[in-house]
Amino acid sequence: MAKTGRRADGFDVIVVGAGPAGTAAAYTLAKAGIKVALIERGVYPGAKNVMGGVMYSQPVGAIIPNFWDEAPLERHIIEQQYMMLSADSAISGKHRSTQYAVQPHNRYTVLRAKFDAWFAGQADAAGAYLLTNTVVTDPIIDNGRVIGVSTDRPDGDLYANVLIVADGVNSIIAEKLGLRGVIDTVNMALAVKEIISLPRGKIEDRFNLEGDEGATIDIYGEVARGMEATGFIYTNKDSLSVGLGVILKDLVKSGLTPYELLDEMKNHPTVKPLLAGGEPREYLAHMIPEGGYRAMPKLYSDGVLIAGDAAMMVNGFHREGSNLAMTSGKLAAETAIEAIAHQEFSARAMSAYETKLNNSFVLKDLRKYKNLPGFISSRPQFFNVYPQIINDAATEFLTVDSVSKKQKQWKIWRQIVRGRRPVRKLLRDIYEGWRAFG
Amino acid sequence: MTEHVTESTIEYKDVWIFVEQESGQINPVAFELLGEGRRLADDLGQKLAAVILGEAIDKLAGDIFARGADKVIIVDDPVLKDYRTYPYCAALVELSEKYHPQVLLMGATILGRDLASAVATEMRTGLTADCTELGIDPETKLLTQTRPAFGGNVMATILCKQVRPQMSTVRPRVFKLPPADCDRAGELINETMALSEDEVPTKVLEFTAHTSHSNVEIETADVIVAGGRGLGGEEGFELLKKLADALGGEVAASRPPVEMGWVTSDRQIGQTGKTVRPKLYVAVGISGAVQHAVGMQGSDIIVAINKDPEAPIFKLATYGIVGNLFEVVPALIEALAGVVRTSGDLSCETVENDG
Amino acid sequence: MNIVVCVKQVPDTTQVRIHAETNTLIREGIPSIVNPYDVHAVEAAVAVKESVGGHVTAITMGPPQAREALKETISLGADDAVLISDRAFAGSDTLATGYILSEAIRKLHGESPIDLIICGKQSIDGDTAQVGPGIAQRLGFTQLTYVIKIREIDVPARRIVVERQLERGHQVVEGQLPALLTVVKEMNEVRYAPLPNLIKAAKYEPRLFDLESLGLDRSLIGLKGSPTTVRRIFAPAPRAGGEIIADGSKTAAEAAALLIEKLQAEKLL
Repeated sequence: MAKTGRRADGFDVIVVGAGPAGTAAAYTLAKAGIKVALIERGVYPGAKNVMGGVMYSQPVGAIIPNFWDEAPLERHIIEQQYMMLSADSAISGKHRSTQYAVQPHNRYTVLRAKFDAWFAGQADAAGAYLLTNTVVTDPIIDNGRVIGVSTDRPDGDLYANVLIVADGVNSIIAEKLGLRGVIDTVNMALAVKEIISLPRGKIEDRFNLEGDEGATIDIYGEVARGMEATGFIYTNKDSLSVGLGVILKDLVKSGLTPYELLDEMKNHPTVKPLLAGGEPREYLAHMIPEGGYRAMPKLYSDGVLIAGDAAMMVNGFHREGSNLAMTSGKLAAETAIEAIAHQEFSARAMSAYETKLNNSFVLKDLRKYKNLPGFISSRPQFFNVYPQIINDAATEFLTVDSVSKKQKQWKIWRQIVRGRRPVRKLLRDIYEGWRAFG
Repeated sequence: MTEHVTESTIEYKDVWIFVEQESGQINPVAFELLGEGRRLADDLGQKLAAVILGEAIDKLAGDIFARGADKVIIVDDPVLKDYRTYPYCAALVELSEKYHPQVLLMGATILGRDLASAVATEMRTGLTADCTELGIDPETKLLTQTRPAFGGNVMATILCKQVRPQMSTVRPRVFKLPPADCDRAGELINETMALSEDEVPTKVLEFTAHTSHSNVEIETADVIVAGGRGLGGEEGFELLKKLADALGGEVAASRPPVEMGWVTSDRQIGQTGKTVRPKLYVAVGISGAVQHAVGMQGSDIIVAINKDPEAPIFKLATYGIVGNLFEVVPALIEALAGVVRTSGDLSCETVENDG
Repeated sequence: MNIVVCVKQVPDTTQVRIHAETNTLIREGIPSIVNPYDVHAVEAAVAVKESVGGHVTAITMGPPQAREALKETISLGADDAVLISDRAFAGSDTLATGYILSEAIRKLHGESPIDLIICGKQSIDGDTAQVGPGIAQRLGFTQLTYVIKIREIDVPARRIVVERQLERGHQVVEGQLPALLTVVKEMNEVRYAPLPNLIKAAKYEPRLFDLESLGLDRSLIGLKGSPTTVRRIFAPAPRAGGEIIADGSKTAAEAAALLIEKLQAEKLL
């Protein structure tokens, strides 16, 4: 006991939040023989968690090898479709590869309530203390160093040498620690989702799938009346996950409810037939961090590390969040393991976490795209002008009538240039967009 | 007590009804069971017998014959004055071991459930609780006992193939009250009990009746009148109470009135409230959103009163009235005042003869 | 006071459905919970222990995953827990279940005499309310059902006084110990357990009683020991479509009269 410096009634590490980041951390710690408490406010892990639904297998596999044998997964994805909507039309492109058909499959759709419960169960079986239905209300700080947390339960204080904060996009603990300020509404999206029951056979027919194969559709353009938003349709075993996310600032300004917008998207002429015959069986909503690298809080301090959505680790353009969360959780755990071995919990010791993140795709990717969120937010034309232009151009191009092709070309060009977007602005958007991609 | 064994050499016959009584008042569920029991006995080609336990209860036999019993077995003893598990169980088991009934039915009242479980265990026989349907299988002559399970999401038909008696409890008002034939007579058997007061491990000390608003258990009400946002306030619920009283039911609510404080939370029905399955559910000013529907869609008859013809509640309702509830509800209350009720005096004794 | 609480792990019944074609229960993905009435029973037992001192043991009969239910009883304040599990118990009806549970309690009684057994009034999946009284009868414990309050416990005098919730009011009954109580929800508010209890529960391993350790008679358990059998299960008939008996065109009085006619036809008035 003297070796770990742990209090008799305390833990080595406390992890707040049993989502992908927190559970990945707790699992890694438990497997290393560290005494870890994983505290979750939901009645069971997953009860309060929502995502569109795509789980990337690599980071999960790095934590639990061959997880696909036991984990509750919906379908493995063999087809990715991108759809760009305008008010009355859509352009889409699909990608499929036989490479995706081979195990280990790269991507799976999951339902968070099932997956998270299973994942946390793995951490529990590995030795982590899973404490559910408990809210962590405050950090306990002594001489500037975090030494534990207070919870809403009677006798609810718990002590540990390291605190891993993984309590999600609205992290109260990160805020109370002063590591995170109030998040600007331009850096958050409100996402709403419906799970629509549809028999397996219908899903497989409609999306051209066999067995447990799945397809994902990401929807861009005029998804939500031209506001900064994206939508999705993902196939589960016997249901579809359908939803959209709108940047909070835009949504608040519009005075609309997200469900109204979701209904409109669902009724889009290209989207509607994909959902035909389905019965909505569940409604969910959640906030998503959208600010990227520039909106991230401080990632560590004395005795504390922040992981996952609490650290705003979402790569919105690539639709990646859970993989960043799990990887950051794993790296936070590794940092804690080293800190415990050296009995050193200062900010300096904790800084190894950021180093590890910098050396991994997590911060590398987030840094690469650091200008993208700002760029997109300042260019509403990507949502309310270009989609229409491109769709109109395509419609004109594909309409066979008595207009000569050369005339058509001019017509399209004139529409773009005179009507909506002067050439120089168009060129600048293209150039700056390319730069924003890092 | 010796281990009860159903022997193949014994002939088990007759349908028995346990007649529950309290202070000389027979619980109407017993009459309902006699009505059903008559049908079962006829299907079996056997007799219908009733067992009644208590003190100073011999005058009740007439009413029991009137509802169809061929035999009435009475045990009249001071030990049996108030219901207690031990003496009632002992008496019923002793009688059963003596007469070997095929079937034994009881009301699924609090008393009935307390007693039936004890008796069935003592006799090592099968008991099916809360049956909604009973029958005699034409081939096997077994009692088919059908009941809801998993909160009513599933129905199950149960058999008790080898052990006797086959026991079931049935909730009040599942079966209809049979007409009373006050001229009917039958065989009256007086039995005695050897049990003494010292052997009984419990004593009833006192009983306090409920006042109308305390301890609402809307889950057991047969009639529920529920209000929603449309009621507008506490006054709306006072109006609803009048309708509930006129129908002999309880007031309940969907979530918004509870949140606004117009009604207490023990009356809330729905996903975050209670689930009810009354015979009659009147939804007043309730839209019928799925969160409320899950709490009441198992009701037998649903009546909806709402001014919005598109309200989802009308898809659930057996009978719907599109209209202003503040006009319809008072009209209903007024119309109900003139209605003659079928319940009332169930006894054959006339007012003059009542001592 | 030595107290045993009986709990059951049940599926969350609001979500159980029947598969329309195969007539089998669809239980996949439905979360399991501790029978709500049993949670109140644990709370009641812990309250008794806090008032007169003693020990609370929670027991459950179920498959191995039922140990999750026992963990919850530990977090609520039970001192220890016993899992009664064996494949041979599967298919037991209420009579056989009562036999198995009472033999388990008999074994515990042999280790340390039991004064009080507390059960929930019924389970939300079976809804029969039979097992509690069944145990009382087999063990010769005083049976007190529908208890809403424990007024008095006098351990040396072997006396308990309870209030029972009847249809028309409350009844106060005095009974001899040892007794078995079945309790209603209104008995108490379940406490928000202290954190140390949760931590203890997180890694708690219950004792295991199986067929062999209880020395049970095989003919009295499982399907063999169950006098009742399920002949078939089916989905209840779906609601028949309704009729709008009065749209906006009728007066309130006309609508009321029509409704009363319908209710009389349904014999509801």
